[in-house]
Amino acid sequence: MDDRIKVEKVSYTYEEAEEPALSQVSCHIAPGEFVAVLGHNGSGKSTLAKLLNALYLPTEGVVTVCGMDTRDEDKTWDIRQQAGMIFQNPDNQIVATVVKEDVAFGLENLGVPTEEMPGRIESALSAVRMNAFADSAPHMLSGGQKQRVAIAGILAMEPSVMIADEATAMLDPSGRAEVLETIRRLNRQKGITVVWITHFMEEAAQADRVIVVSDGKIAREGTPREVFRHIDEMRALHLDVPHMTALAKELREGGMPLREDILTVEEMVEEVARLVCLSN
Amino acid sequence: MLKNITMGQYYPVDSLVHRLDPRIKILLTIAFIVAVFMVHSLVGYAIMLGFVYLTSRLARVPFKMLMRGLKPLRFILVLTFLLNLFFSGSGEPVFQLWFITVTAQGLSQAVHYSLRLMFLVVGTSLLTLTTSPIMLSDGIELLLSPLKRFHFPAHELGMMMSIALRFIPTLLEETDKIQKAQMARGADFESGNLMQRAKAMVPLLVPLFVSAFRRAGDLAMAMEARCYHGGENRTRLRVLKIQRNDLLACATMAGLILLIVAEGLLL
Repeated sequence: MDDRIKVEKVSYTYEEAEEPALSQVSCHIAPGEFVAVLGHNGSGKSTLAKLLNALYLPTEGVVTVCGMDTRDEDKTWDIRQQAGMIFQNPDNQIVATVVKEDVAFGLENLGVPTEEMPGRIESALSAVRMNAFADSAPHMLSGGQKQRVAIAGILAMEPSVMIADEATAMLDPSGRAEVLETIRRLNRQKGITVVWITHFMEEAAQADRVIVVSDGKIAREGTPREVFRHIDEMRALHLDVPHMTALAKELREGGMPLREDILTVEEMVEEVARLVCLSN
Repeated sequence: MLKNITMGQYYPVDSLVHRLDPRIKILLTIAFIVAVFMVHSLVGYAIMLGFVYLTSRLARVPFKMLMRGLKPLRFILVLTFLLNLFFSGSGEPVFQLWFITVTAQGLSQAVHYSLRLMFLVVGTSLLTLTTSPIMLSDGIELLLSPLKRFHFPAHELGMMMSIALRFIPTLLEETDKIQKAQMARGADFESGNLMQRAKAMVPLLVPLFVSAFRRAGDLAMAMEARCYHGGENRTRLRVLKIQRNDLLACATMAGLILLIVAEGLLL
């Protein structure tokens, strides 16, 4: 199948900036993939996100979403319908005073007939498990719940790609887990392609593929295991690796023959148990 | 302290009046205001009072609640009454004390003006008590939409009003947070004279404005990302339809106006 998103030698320079925020970046994202874009502040990862749904247009190079070139002005609204975007601040992306009306906002903009709306709102809200709050005021919800409402607002528009631009950065740990879990479920069950922009390593470790952005360039690309194995290189880019990967490295240096690509606590437990069994 | 501010004065119960189309309610309120100016006798005011009382019963809004709307206006009401009593009207004085003269005409004018003012406030309160702010902004948008032909931004106005309503609680919360942060660093918002207190507000208002602008920028981008491109070809989740009750309400208002006119001609 064709790629959902194709970024070909793209550069982007902000109007008043001299240095480009992104230079000569290329990447492809396949349908149904869960890709994490990792980078520290100012690395250009948010700029990359905004290039993917025509909020920014590339200074050089080409971005295509579902086969549509983002520079084609006639296609702008189709592209944004296909590639929905969730932003960082939960408060600043909710438009309406009632949850279900906010979910309806995108549908109203697309000109969906009124009779069709309640059904689509209902299924979008149940997909993020927020139907109990359909008639609530957004300011009464927690941060994680607000982000789920924002996801429902995108979902109702039936996109094939969801771009989350640091959607968990302003949430507490339980809200973060709640939002990531929702997105992962949508990725698995509905086959929605996800571009997950983050600076949390533990979140990136759950993706199918990680793209590391640094100084406007792609520094490394691969499965989380491949990427996080290069601890020293990641640290040189001011990025950390998941705690368990770092711990495994320390232990290895201390003489314990652990695997190199441990990402989660569960894997660490298994690996240590394996070693204990061997030594008995 | 900021948590106590309620949005408008909407009284959230379910009633016949609450369920009326907001467009109709706005138009009926305007008709009511016209009717108030057509009243020229105390009998007429009695009829109006009866109407207001019955409407408030029908709307399940306590009559006391309605009257509470007059409280902030008590000084203006008293001032209107006294000014008209002493300084308007000519002819035979009915009462005279030192430099104060009260004429029959002045007395009737004073009563008329203050009653009129009271009915204007009570009538519009009936609208705001029974219509949620968001319905009100919908109603205003739809009533103004014929003016789009003359490039009047009716949709934009409605969108602005509803976004403002959406952000009131968010900005109140933020004000509270900034105020506490500044107080923790020794800011004093409560003592000093008016001038000093106004100056103390600067460290509160500057960060609030900065963040409001940032929010506006973020929101604009989020709206664009969700395909917002103005009012053209836009459908709506909430569609207002004129129901039988709306027509009945119009008929009732027409009846009231006829009654007032008839009363003016006969008495």
